[in-house]
Amino acid sequence: MADNVKPKVRVPKTASAGEVITIKTLISHPMESGQRKDGDGNLIPRSIINRFTCDFNDQNVIDVTMEPAISTNPYFEFQATVPESGAFAFTWYDDDGSVYTESKDIEVS
Amino acid sequence: MKRTGLLQTAGMIALMTMATAATAQDDSQLVVNGEIEMITDAPAPENIGGLKTIYSGWRFRQSEMQELQMDDFENPAALLFDDAAEAWAAVDGSEGKSCASCHDDVEASMIGVRAVYPKWNETKGEIRTLAQQINDCRTDNMGAEAWKYDGADMTGMEALVSMQSRGMPVNVATDGPVADIWAKGEEIYYTRYGQLELSCANCHEDNYDNYIRADHLSQGQINGFPAFRIKTGKLTQTHNRFKGCIRDTRAETFSPGSDEFVALELYVASRGNGLSVEAPSVRP
Amino acid sequence: MKFTRRETMLMALGATAAAMLPARAMANVDDLVAAFTGGADIGEGGLTLTAPEIAENGNTVPIEVDAPGAVSIMVLATGNPTPGAATFNFGPLSGSQSASTRIRLAKTQNVLAVAKMADGSFVQVSQEVKVTIGGCGG
Repeated sequence: MADNVKPKVRVPKTASAGEVITIKTLISHPMESGQRKDGDGNLIPRSIINRFTCDFNDQNVIDVTMEPAISTNPYFEFQATVPESGAFAFTWYDDDGSVYTESKDIEVS
Repeated sequence: MKRTGLLQTAGMIALMTMATAATAQDDSQLVVNGEIEMITDAPAPENIGGLKTIYSGWRFRQSEMQELQMDDFENPAALLFDDAAEAWAAVDGSEGKSCASCHDDVEASMIGVRAVYPKWNETKGEIRTLAQQINDCRTDNMGAEAWKYDGADMTGMEALVSMQSRGMPVNVATDGPVADIWAKGEEIYYTRYGQLELSCANCHEDNYDNYIRADHLSQGQINGFPAFRIKTGKLTQTHNRFKGCIRDTRAETFSPGSDEFVALELYVASRGNGLSVEAPSVRP
Repeated sequence: MKFTRRETMLMALGATAAAMLPARAMANVDDLVAAFTGGADIGEGGLTLTAPEIAENGNTVPIEVDAPGAVSIMVLATGNPTPGAATFNFGPLSGSQSASTRIRLAKTQNVLAVAKMADGSFVQVSQEVKVTIGGCGG
């Protein structure tokens, strides 16, 4: 597991039923592309987060396949429809098999 | 025709300016998190002869870069603050103290601190940069090892402390006991260094808003430091930035924490008296 | 030369990895697009790509794609050694078929977006982003 991987997400706390909300996500990760060389000229092996998903109450919002051209500390902004109160589940999948998760509740009034 | 390197440089800068005038320093306003209003231009302080108006470096960036600094969620430096906040609360050294032991909540106790540094320390009879003050706390009060002047621990802590003054105008003293140090900093600012024979002023006073190759020259204000640099993916400290600039003139540079850089920091900070503390800013 | 069972297995693993790697490294833009579209014709319109004309630093270039009614959108950095950037697949609860992220561009190049629409058709759009070698010193 890459060191110090911290996910951050921003989701509104409340919404009206059926409202489209904007979600922002950020996770600290070097996203080593596999193209860089270290001080001795050896290639640094690729080590990236290769997939990100966001689900709401077990229904998918977005599923992103990530490649080495994604910048360090991957950032995503997208929109979700909120049909009812519930929880957003965010999941990041690392090349090394690690899985990072975060969840946020939202109240529909 | 006699041609010097300097003339060529000047010619190149002029050319670049014509080609890219459309992206010149703009009049956007910086509000962070929709609530902290930053002063990004102000009348130049009276003792700064070469400028009429001072501008934050933010004003010289493209809109995409500017936006990264307008919301802490998008500011890449924000990811680093958890570490600094942990360090603030972590006991270190022989006295069994943390920063919080004396200063409690960083968000309350450090308000306004960054705005007045570098600052004269009456008790010790010396000038202190914020980094020097932090290390003094560590060695004298905590009995802990001093941090490397421009290491990640120090830069992160400096950013955490600086952040508590965001939006407050920089207001460093330039007279009284620091007058001589300030004058020394001014002298360094106007001294040409290196094979390229460039002074700070050649780029940041004479040519701000022009381009040096692909770089849009700012006034070199340090109100946004430590700054997160996209190029390195790290926070960069003022002295580190000075070092990079002087190295680019192909000179032997001074060291971070040296008397020369402390004097230069005081002088350059005072050139921004009146601009808001912006740290941590985001720069290319 | 003798190998232990463990070493032999490690070598076999290495060989598998080596066999897989070149395919990945050599995958060029055309191949990636063909893999995404299955060789179908690609039209234009209905897909917006927002990217800066000039990026002050190639390490973090903000981009946004938007294609109302799309099922998925693939983004390629056509001038990178490995052009793949991201593929956004929109689920039933997506509030719009748009997304923003930040990508790395190794040099001045075209960023290409290809969208698969709900009816199975494809559209594409590309934009040049000039990457300056900015940020002196520090």
